[in-house]
Amino acid sequence: MSGMTFAEKALARAAGLSHARAGDVLDVRPDLIFSHDNTAAIRRIFLEIGAPRIAHPERVAVTLDHAAPAPTTMHAQNHAEVRQWVQEQNIAHFFDVGRGICHQVISEEALILPGETIMGSDSHTTHFGWLGAFGMAVGRTEMAALWATGEIWVRVPEAIRITLNGAPPPGVTAKDIALHILGRWGSSGAAYRSVEFAGDTISHLSVDERPVIPNMMAEFGAQNAYLSPDETVLNYIQARTTRPYTPLYPDADAVYSESWKVDITTLEPQIACPHNPANVVPLREVMGRPIQQAFLGTCTNGRYEDLAAAAEVLRGQQIRARLLIIPASSKVLLKATQSGVLQTLIEAGAAIGTPGCGPCMGNHMGIPAIGEVTISTANRNFRGRMGTAEAEIYLANPYVVAASAIAGYITTPEEFLP
Amino acid sequence: MSQHRVWVYGDNVNTDIIFPGKYTYTLKTPEDIAAHALEDLDPAFATNVQVGDIIVAGENWGCGSSREQAVTCLRYNDVPIIIAASFSGLYFRNCVNQGVHPIICPELHRFLQTGDIITIDDAHTTLTLPNGRIFPIAPLSPSVRAIFDAGGLLPMLQTRFQPTE
Repeated sequence: MSGMTFAEKALARAAGLSHARAGDVLDVRPDLIFSHDNTAAIRRIFLEIGAPRIAHPERVAVTLDHAAPAPTTMHAQNHAEVRQWVQEQNIAHFFDVGRGICHQVISEEALILPGETIMGSDSHTTHFGWLGAFGMAVGRTEMAALWATGEIWVRVPEAIRITLNGAPPPGVTAKDIALHILGRWGSSGAAYRSVEFAGDTISHLSVDERPVIPNMMAEFGAQNAYLSPDETVLNYIQARTTRPYTPLYPDADAVYSESWKVDITTLEPQIACPHNPANVVPLREVMGRPIQQAFLGTCTNGRYEDLAAAAEVLRGQQIRARLLIIPASSKVLLKATQSGVLQTLIEAGAAIGTPGCGPCMGNHMGIPAIGEVTISTANRNFRGRMGTAEAEIYLANPYVVAASAIAGYITTPEEFLP
Repeated sequence: MSQHRVWVYGDNVNTDIIFPGKYTYTLKTPEDIAAHALEDLDPAFATNVQVGDIIVAGENWGCGSSREQAVTCLRYNDVPIIIAASFSGLYFRNCVNQGVHPIICPELHRFLQTGDIITIDDAHTTLTLPNGRIFPIAPLSPSVRAIFDAGGLLPMLQTRFQPTE
């Protein structure tokens, strides 16, 4: 019998089985489930179910990050409802306004570990593949069902293996790798399969860079994504928790429906053009297009090294387009404060926002005007994503976003780097 | 047999244009959610949709966010079926859980125009075009079928937690 993919192993484990095959439908019990500002809406569904209480509050996390701090009374009422619910139900892990974005905070707090399964009512739950965990998004009704019962049906997905070879050239980041994959195979390239990465490129990526790839596999239509947890990841976990865990690795003879290879050594910076994250071209093809706003942040690229990359470009410069910088978490903000990165960013003219999702999905804190162009480190550039349908969004890496803020048009960081 | 007027759309229609993110925490009533369905894709939809109309789309319908309103905004307009060449996996799950039948039919959107009428048999096994051409409908897997037959995930759980005597 052939070996198992990561997805087969992880879902078998989460279902209490020794073995699983793609196509099996299993009742899976995740190690952690989480929701964010949508917790209040999930609560209303949960009450309709009629279950007495959340079955396993010790396995539940809630963050307030999507519209935080609350921009309107309606959003504030929503937050108040969430806080009261967290208290009533003894939800074990609650992170209020300012702590940061769900995926980043749950990673920092080591609430999910290699080999475990996490489900979130957020499409970017694929993010947790960076830790070698099975991260899968669910809808609100499914989250209410998970609160009520602690388990849910999952069809074990087929898997694709993508082997990334070689060290990225200077100026090429995990963001460019993710954009390249989207551009090459399209926004439904994964077709709800497990996207399992292999190859030596991963060892060249820091803990701040790695999450970008599984995070953006949500734009690839992935059910989950996975990077093999190596020493870098195991050290990250060791510094944060003593909770035991068993990393899972796909078998050498696991069956993959596709096996693709990407040479990273020849990759150049990429950019996604409006209005789809898979509408990707090499950066050089769109250089010179005017922008009015640059946004650095989100669960994709709002970590410390992203801010530090921007600071490297912005040191001693002044921006021409407005630059919004929203750290992914309070720990990111604190580190940037302590290292001097924040000072560099502010001196260059950046506006700094409360850790959270910022304007990524158009709730608040940087909605573009009609006709404006934004260059962003986020993961989505759908029409209207940032709150204005008649606006354009380009997606690029933090160096490019910072350089474009200085220039006022899309450009390469090379002219501003020492 | 039931007859359905179709609204035909293309590939990669994402959840932000099916139901804009800016409304996800502000609109709560079925009427309000229904009124903004497909607002950034087809402003004529929400004002002209009739009970029983269905969507026929291309590849990767519903890609993007996990937001269920991208399904409920259509359900609240009494759209009982969504047909697409392919669905985002998350959107497909959300359809099942909301009791909206997602049907995968790779080429159908190429044969139809908005306003055409198609016929679907009561057991949802075949659909028939205006020119008489018949397409088979693939059956749902048993566990998915069970949720769909219960009317969605919520009614199924209500039966479990609130059994009637």
